[in-house]
Amino acid sequence: MIEFKLPSLGADMEEGKLLEWKVKPGEVVKRGQVVAVVDTSKAAVDVEIWQDGTMFEQVVSIGETVPVGTVLATLLAPGETPEQAALQKREAPPPRAAPKDVTAPAGMAAVAAPPVTTLAAQRKPVSPAARKRARELNLDVDKIAGTGPHGAVTVEDVEKAGARPVPPPADRHAEMRKAIAAAMSRSKREIPHYYLSETIPMQRAAEWLARENEKRSVTERILMGALQLKAVALALAKAPELNGFWRDGTFQSATGVHIGVAISIRQGGLIAPAIHEVDKKSLAELMRALSDLVSRARAGSLRSSEMSDPTITVTNLGEQGVEAVFGVIYPPQVALIGFGRLETRPWSENGQLLALPLITATLSADHRASDGIRGARFLAELRERLQHPEEL
Amino acid sequence: MSRLSYREGMRQALREALAGDPRVFLMGEDVGRYGGTYAVTKGLLEEFGPERVRDAPLSELGFVGAGVGAALGGMRPIVEVMTVNFSLLALDQIVNNAALYHHMSGGQFSVPLVIRMATGAGRQVGAQHSHSFENWYASIPGIKVLAPGTVEDARDMLAPALADPDPVVIFEHAQLYNVEADVPNARNADIGSAAVRREGKMVSLITYGGSLPKTLQAASELAQEGIDAEVVDLRVLRPLDTATVLASVRKCRRAVVVDETWRTGSLAAEIVARIAEEAFYDLDAPPVRVCTEEVPIPYAKHLEEAALPQPAKIVAAVKAALGR
Repeated sequence: MIEFKLPSLGADMEEGKLLEWKVKPGEVVKRGQVVAVVDTSKAAVDVEIWQDGTMFEQVVSIGETVPVGTVLATLLAPGETPEQAALQKREAPPPRAAPKDVTAPAGMAAVAAPPVTTLAAQRKPVSPAARKRARELNLDVDKIAGTGPHGAVTVEDVEKAGARPVPPPADRHAEMRKAIAAAMSRSKREIPHYYLSETIPMQRAAEWLARENEKRSVTERILMGALQLKAVALALAKAPELNGFWRDGTFQSATGVHIGVAISIRQGGLIAPAIHEVDKKSLAELMRALSDLVSRARAGSLRSSEMSDPTITVTNLGEQGVEAVFGVIYPPQVALIGFGRLETRPWSENGQLLALPLITATLSADHRASDGIRGARFLAELRERLQHPEEL
Repeated sequence: MSRLSYREGMRQALREALAGDPRVFLMGEDVGRYGGTYAVTKGLLEEFGPERVRDAPLSELGFVGAGVGAALGGMRPIVEVMTVNFSLLALDQIVNNAALYHHMSGGQFSVPLVIRMATGAGRQVGAQHSHSFENWYASIPGIKVLAPGTVEDARDMLAPALADPDPVVIFEHAQLYNVEADVPNARNADIGSAAVRREGKMVSLITYGGSLPKTLQAASELAQEGIDAEVVDLRVLRPLDTATVLASVRKCRRAVVVDETWRTGSLAAEIVARIAEEAFYDLDAPPVRVCTEEVPIPYAKHLEEAALPQPAKIVAAVKAALGR
């Protein structure tokens, strides 16, 4: 039996609210498939599963808020029968408390309805009226938590569920503010930041990009942001101690380069979901991934792996007109790269004063995981990579 | 409006019947000189004389049979049986004669007989005087069964029962005789329908007779806890007014039936069956019965109280039906 648990979708996540099941009991799921939608304080996230199996029992009902690590559902491993799983379930402690036991008070035994002993295990109790109402409202009663006798779903439960068609909480903004506050406070409390900055000539990159984009249709054009991401990803090969996590008093280097891209949400707040394997993607692929990520982040439909996987974060405040940004690291990551405004400024090269497009790249890094010299080497490598855009 | 006890209401109805129709006479054990076991017929012997208020020997089979014969002969007898327990001696006359003549004679004969009997427990008079068999009578085609649960019904149900061409059995719960109420002067001749005694919308409490005051009390207690219960008084146990019951259940979606008969084969069982048959898709919880424990009614006060439906049991059953 496979237990599908609520994953942590970021350091600031303690609990999540189940909004939707994407698969029904009995359906086969593949590794990487989205099986549920969970509301975190930041967004509604599509949660993927990382094992093949068959959905068996959905333990948590729609609308329930549960802590990270809670078993949301159990699945049958390939080849496993429901009987084997049931047996295993009996042996194992129950994944969570059973619904409130509705027994009559002492002395009521012969008066109240006879106890329903076998019902719950076989079939979710749903009152006939609730079933009828759910059909009218086009709701799936199996996804509604029951509050009636024996935990049965009642008309009231159905109508409550119907009145709430997966709405984002009204105070989403406040929730996100709270989450950012928690993560950033933790960062500044725990992480000894050091900061480096480097001004990078961008003439070659800008000219190369302009030429490249001439060959492309408007929708396929590549933005400087994609170039920067790729350069960061490749430069990290020279400074692996910036790519990974600080956990349990030690640095764990990441196996891939999954760059969290800071995306501001229009209603306020910030989210930094990952683009996976940035170092292995072509610029065109990267550009598509970036556009897709931004639109999904703003629409609130991110995947759980995008929320939990970033190994380093890149923030770009150039569009806002600032020259440089010194970011706060998102724990448990150990580094954050910032890009400021791309603009033409005085630059001296070979004894000549030139007017060149320049950008200031900064590094905020965790001094527990790396030293300034490694950070400096990274920024130098980043600068070099951006001088050879054709290799990106 | 006038203030009456249940006993006085019944007596008033009897007096009016005797005064209004020379064919009407009373017959039963102790109805005359003693004034009735529950003092319902007190003073009627003096007022109407021994021809019309007749003391009968301890022979239920005999005097109920005499009542059947008198009714066949054109009289309008009102026969009193001291308690439903003793009526079992007269069951053959009621079930095999009174209820069947109209059928067996191909419609030639009717039996316009009214049989009154006390029923129910709660007075520490022992098992042989305390049972409730209304459900037995309510299962017999050919008779009507009434269960006045209010003072108004005690006064008003007798006249339409006498006017009915077929046998009518009236159950008077012995604990109701002292209940007093203000009743309107206008008469209610309805012996066909149930009545909603309290409007509510969260749970339908269905009951009759002696359990009605207990159920109303439970409903008041529930109201204090924010549970809005509706109380339906069946009034007529045969033929049952299923429509009123179902309308209430469909509104409240939960039903608790309170019935002083034993649970097995009780009238409550019949009500629940009809709800399940006809209102299944409107139910939000399994229907619940609050009945008498399946023991002979105990003599000891605390045991007798424990055996019977009580407001606290009704409250607990309602909460269970609500999942609270």
